[in-house]
Amino acid sequence: MEKILQIKDLELSFNTFGGEVKAIRGVNFDLYKGETLAIVGESGSGKSVTSKSIMRLLPESSAEFKNGEILFGGKDLTKLSDKEMQKIRGKEISMIFQDPMTSLNPTMPIGKQITEPLLKHQKISKPEARKVAIDLLRLVGMPKPELRMKQYPHQFSGGQRQRIVIAISLACNPQILIADEPTTALDVTIQAQILELMKDLQKKIDTSIIFITHDLGVVANVADRVAVMYGGKIVEIGTVDEIFYNPQHPYTWGLLSSMPSLDTDESKLYTIPGTPPDLLDPPKGDAFALRSEYAMKIDMEMDAPFFKISDTHKAATWLLHPDAPQVEPPLSVIERMKKFPGSRYYEGSAN
Amino acid sequence: MAEKLLEIKNLKQHFNVGKANEVKAVDGISFDIYKGETLGLVGESGCGKSTTGRSIIRLYDATDGEVLYEGESVHGKKSKKELKKFNRKMQMIFQDPYASLNQRMKVMDIIAEGIDIHGLAKDAKEREQMVFDLLKTVGLNKEHANRYPHEFSGGQRQRLGIARALAVDPDFIIADEPISALDVSIQAQVVNLLKELQEEKGLTYLFIAHDLSMVKYISDRIGVMYFGRMVELAPAEDLYNNPMHPYTQSLLSAIPLPDPNYERNRVRKSYDPASHNYAEGEDVRMREVSPGHFVDCSEREFEALKAGIIKG
Repeated sequence: MEKILQIKDLELSFNTFGGEVKAIRGVNFDLYKGETLAIVGESGSGKSVTSKSIMRLLPESSAEFKNGEILFGGKDLTKLSDKEMQKIRGKEISMIFQDPMTSLNPTMPIGKQITEPLLKHQKISKPEARKVAIDLLRLVGMPKPELRMKQYPHQFSGGQRQRIVIAISLACNPQILIADEPTTALDVTIQAQILELMKDLQKKIDTSIIFITHDLGVVANVADRVAVMYGGKIVEIGTVDEIFYNPQHPYTWGLLSSMPSLDTDESKLYTIPGTPPDLLDPPKGDAFALRSEYAMKIDMEMDAPFFKISDTHKAATWLLHPDAPQVEPPLSVIERMKKFPGSRYYEGSAN
Repeated sequence: MAEKLLEIKNLKQHFNVGKANEVKAVDGISFDIYKGETLGLVGESGCGKSTTGRSIIRLYDATDGEVLYEGESVHGKKSKKELKKFNRKMQMIFQDPYASLNQRMKVMDIIAEGIDIHGLAKDAKEREQMVFDLLKTVGLNKEHANRYPHEFSGGQRQRLGIARALAVDPDFIIADEPISALDVSIQAQVVNLLKELQEEKGLTYLFIAHDLSMVKYISDRIGVMYFGRMVELAPAEDLYNNPMHPYTQSLLSAIPLPDPNYERNRVRKSYDPASHNYAEGEDVRMREVSPGHFVDCSEREFEALKAGIIKG
């Protein structure tokens, strides 16, 4: 498959009064054409910062690229000037933000907001842009688009506003769409509609999507591949089935166990003890070790490298080292692994 | 059945009454809350679930209907003294832990505000001790008492909100989306805390949320609201296994589950209120289809649902 975006050894820090916050500490991943890659993790794990660094939306006064590159179309995005970046932003890479209430301009009719990227990035006339905008509104399922063009954001509901934001982000047929918690502020029924819409549109225009969320249900619904982030690093990455049915990193286990499924009856929810690491002073060794009951001595000393589980699946935990002791994952995770051919708990075949 | 703690009878909450933009946020709902149970209230935004909670605790004056707490009406004319009595028994935990704590007050004073108003502490020393105990109850420690809200994380702030609600030793707590603003792993911590407190103190909860999997986890019974009406009320298990109202079915079919195989085969149902085909003036109200399972339906639908149960 064609790689459309490559992130290599990305390190990024914020310079604050308290010192240097190491928000991203060596992130590597590729994005393939037409796929949806979900990035999950707690707040503060660096998932939003990663996406914003691709778009170069972080304040230059405090955010600083320390190392690594973001390769897109033969260019390293970390090195581009503001002017060059403006040609890419909104045209080839665009973004859907979390809160549709605040990401639209309340003083501008929505028609004008949708035509804005068209007029900026494509050489077309205003009437033409208007026509494209109406088509876009129709595409995202807005009834009576001609009339709606003149209305202001406050005249739309939350779900409709998110549709408008999606229309704007799709205006120039971007190659990459970054969706940062696009449905978190919406109701489940509206969320389901928006997710279906995004999947539909992806089929139609073959965009690659980076989907950032902390809702694992949404991930299971939209993602082809999943990257789990913790403490500014990716700790596990694999296809959606590999992450949900054959997770290997203790943090992924914790995440999957702390969500109640509709058929659980446990009297107590599993919680990951402790708090996320302080990235002002990142811990030595594996950042998750202090909160992990599976931590070994080496976790406190040295950060684990990636161990390969399959061609598409790798995890950064010492538990996968050949010399590591065999440990039992939490019960709910074993339940999941029973469904995955190739895991040691698989129940489908003879062994 | 257990003792009724609260009876809500035909509660209506309309805004802008008599104007063109009149909103019937809550339009005649009735239900009971039993002692020691958790009643979950779900529905999409704008369906009136928060308004219901706020009317029950009298943050709004109800347009019509009654809220009876242990047989006594919450609304209507009341002296300051009588109101105080109610306020001690009923407390609220708010959605946004960032906006619901006064940033200019120290934790000590935020939590002790209720203690002061109700005169529950004899002297400053006892007041301090009470706050320390409350902090301990919610999993914080007494060093936190001298800090300001901004020094806490979202989950910790929600713990402060819970401590504040517990300060006056209430029997009934309305939790209005207490976990919506929190991270998944933190959500589990707060839900566990609420459950522990309920066991310890025999609290009764009205738990308002739109996250259905969490609601099912914490609730004994669940009410589903749609456009100011309650459309279905049933024991939690029953509601999930056998949703009867088409809106409930649509809502349940929209929840994404952390299970890719399930998600690939999921069929989403949509709900169209017109599908009921109610005749003009048809008597649509809550009817008990099976024991404890109420559905908002017409006589005709009621018969059909009952027939369905016997068959199924």
